Amino acid sequence: MIAPRSIRIGAGAGFAGDRIEPAVELVESGALDYLVFECLAERTIAAAQQARRGDPAGGFDPLLLERMRRVLPGARARGVRIVTNAGAANPVGAAHAVADLARAQGLAPLRVAAVLGDDVLDLITATPRALIDRPGATSDLERIVSANAYLGAGPIARALAQGADVVITGRVGDPALFVGPMIHAFGWSLDDAPLLGRGTVIGHLLECAGQLTGGYFADMRRKRVQGLARLGFPYADVTADGSAVLGKVAGSGGHLSLATCKEQLLYEILDPAAYYQADVIADFTSVKFAELGDDRVAVSGGGGAARPDTLKVSIGYDDGFIGEGQISYAGADAVERAHLAAAIVRERLMIVGAAVEELRCDLIGIDSVDRSGRGGSVTPREVRLRVAGRAADAASATAIGAEIEALYTNGPFGGGGVTRLLRPVLAVASTLLPAALVRPTIEMVEV
Amino acid sequence: MLLGDVAHLRTGDKGDISQISVIAYDPADYPLIERALTFERVLSHLPQIRARVVHRYELPALGALNFVVEGALSGGVTRSLALDAHGKSLGAQLLDLDLGTGEAAR
Repeated sequence: MIAPRSIRIGAGAGFAGDRIEPAVELVESGALDYLVFECLAERTIAAAQQARRGDPAGGFDPLLLERMRRVLPGARARGVRIVTNAGAANPVGAAHAVADLARAQGLAPLRVAAVLGDDVLDLITATPRALIDRPGATSDLERIVSANAYLGAGPIARALAQGADVVITGRVGDPALFVGPMIHAFGWSLDDAPLLGRGTVIGHLLECAGQLTGGYFADMRRKRVQGLARLGFPYADVTADGSAVLGKVAGSGGHLSLATCKEQLLYEILDPAAYYQADVIADFTSVKFAELGDDRVAVSGGGGAARPDTLKVSIGYDDGFIGEGQISYAGADAVERAHLAAAIVRERLMIVGAAVEELRCDLIGIDSVDRSGRGGSVTPREVRLRVAGRAADAASATAIGAEIEALYTNGPFGGGGVTRLLRPVLAVASTLLPAALVRPTIEMVEV
Repeated sequence: MLLGDVAHLRTGDKGDISQISVIAYDPADYPLIERALTFERVLSHLPQIRARVVHRYELPALGALNFVVEGALSGGVTRSLALDAHGKSLGAQLLDLDLGTGEAAR
């Protein structure tokens, strides 16, 4: 194979629920070589594992088939190859479902690859290991639901080398979804840390899709963004040296600038000199941006040190239930009535004997998200009380919403608009696993 | 001068860690931000953040600081009772932090 001078990789989704239109726009008008959908938040895979227990053919992203239905015909016609982590807890099931869809759409022949090996539940339950995000060990976690290692880009590149048109993974590092195509296209060595570091920079910039092109950016004074309702998603023209030019489809909404790029480069980065991935410890401190024109930014630099000999593992576990209720008050003394209502709910939860481990009362509009302590400096005309608590059993958690609802006829004057919810808590803890214990494999489904 | 006059911010999260980047619009303002925006100053502006450990990483080539506040998210997004469990709204609350320089300092 002759390596191309550059490849164009588009970002089709930055989270599981992301808009679909920008991906369609990229496929139809973006002249892409690859389209990546990042759809797997930290605890999504634990929820998917539970879904798979109820339905062995399920356990992958419920929006995957709708995304594929919209982009697959265009991608097939234009030779755009797709990479996604929407396989969640069941990449093979997802690959078969996408293959069935492609058949129904008349798109044969097509190769759909599933990347396996991230599910390390057996290894985690067999041997206790120290947690890395808090004191304690994996053996302290009761009711473990899932354990998934963050795989690297290698298996994605291998699947592409085997001719996959669509590559579906479970847990991989988000940037690896983009680095996989780079390794495949340019023949990068998996031991070339500086190159993998630069590729990781590009992947990291793209992984949140619209957050690079003006999403999560707009503010009233100095951060105007045009056409945000039609926000377009970014692509990168990547060259073999690991530099890239970032852009978006002409006429799409949003904007791409030095400011949006810098915000996204540092997004959810801890030590910028040591961004741990399965393939490399990337260094973002030497990254350079240059504005080339409207919505075109060149990115270069960055580096990397040799890969760690461990993989991060995300463990999902049942952690009881959260119950919540909300009610609004308006007019004179609204805040005081809300405080009274909160005190009543606290007392009633004790009276009914609800085993609530932790209870939190917020006044939305005053102190629910504000951390300055100055939220109450202006008296609002309306306020919304929110009471949330955690309990080991569903009945105790349910009592919180029930007591908020009871405020209608048993609480202060003028409460309205009650909402209540109960949700099981799937919490996440992290540990490390020797990388040598994890052996990713590929299963190819032919259409 | 307020921080929002010279810098823009983005907030992210990792487990129980809140991460806030502060980026100078004009690289010429970076030294001022680096000098004035200590992590003590950040925490005194938002006293209700419960932080275990705070790191401040400096990125002069980008004109940016990266604050990493461990323990800020009540146990993290998966088990926090907070309305904004990700702490996404934290960074915006720093825009009105007074850098205490006066206009003449520019």
